[in-house]
Amino acid sequence: MPHIDLANDVPGIRSLALFRPDTGKELYRLAQVLLRDDSPLSQADRELIATFVSSKNECAFCTQSHAAAAKYLYHNDASLVDLVLADYQNAPISDKLKSLLTIAEKVQKDARLVSNEDIANARSHGANDRDIHDTVLISATFCMFNRYVDGLATLTPTDAQTYKDMGVRMGELGYNPPSNNG
Amino acid sequence: MPHISLPDHLPGITGLLEYRKDSAAPIRTLTQILLRGENSLSTGERELIATIVSHGNGCKFCTAAHTSAADILLGDNTVCDLIKLDILTSPVSQKMKGLLKIAAAVQKSGKHVTTDMVNFAKETGATDMEIHDTVLIASLFCLYNKYVDGLATVAPTDPEFYKNLGDRITSFGYERLPQGYDDLKK
Repeated sequence: MPHIDLANDVPGIRSLALFRPDTGKELYRLAQVLLRDDSPLSQADRELIATFVSSKNECAFCTQSHAAAAKYLYHNDASLVDLVLADYQNAPISDKLKSLLTIAEKVQKDARLVSNEDIANARSHGANDRDIHDTVLISATFCMFNRYVDGLATLTPTDAQTYKDMGVRMGELGYNPPSNNG
Repeated sequence: MPHISLPDHLPGITGLLEYRKDSAAPIRTLTQILLRGENSLSTGERELIATIVSHGNGCKFCTAAHTSAADILLGDNTVCDLIKLDILTSPVSQKMKGLLKIAAAVQKSGKHVTTDMVNFAKETGATDMEIHDTVLIASLFCLYNKYVDGLATVAPTDPEFYKNLGDRITSFGYERLPQGYDDLKK
């Protein structure tokens, strides 16, 4: 049960955006800019970073919803999402993406841990300033979302189909704040 | 030295917000709403939440910047130092102690917020909206702290820098200045 009366019974971040729509609008805008608008990283790879960070923060709602969105966007390679969550160093992804996940993981743990070597490694695999910037900001942003969602103990559905449906919606429509009209 | 190429005259968060303006816009507006918008918590109290979280994350730039802003808004430059030492014995209201404890828990993990912490805040007068805003401000400053330190932005060591920054964010708020930041070039 949520820590405060959210006056709705929808799950996760949507319940919070309905509770306070003015801040919710900016949070959804940020997600849309970072995960859907222009970036040298694909939408699927960005959803994967969001999923990975949410998993490290043990935020069940964000992990499952973004995993579903990443699977939708990866189409035939959907299985790699679970492989990355289990062991990204040995997952079938590029060395560049592995090096960016290493940076994302350090940002999640303690951002001061990101070292010159981590950055040099990412650059040696082809990452540029924008790849590195967007990786750090996506990781930092999901450290915010995960804390917001869990810090208020929002509802977390447990059935897989709910997340699968969410993933399709996030993949096709992107991030639009919920409205009280449905 | 920052991990990516950023303008020399804009240390800390400002250079990042200028580097990518489309992501900066919702972050700035969110901050303006939460820290300066209409609220039953004072602007000084909300800056204390930003300060305790930045301190917990060990983010020198954000801690110094928001300490400076809180000092100005509270008209007292001892409160920030005392909450960093011990929230429970610091000279803030019982309600603020409860909310700062929640913020400090959020800094570690959202899952660290307990029903007991929330009940204490409610019993000392915190509303649902105040608890909500505390959790969101604390979460937002985890974003800022990780963004600023994850890209190794410069944190100036001159106290005068933070005094000027505190003046700027208490006078003008968090939206991008219409004239930009070229006047900060030396």
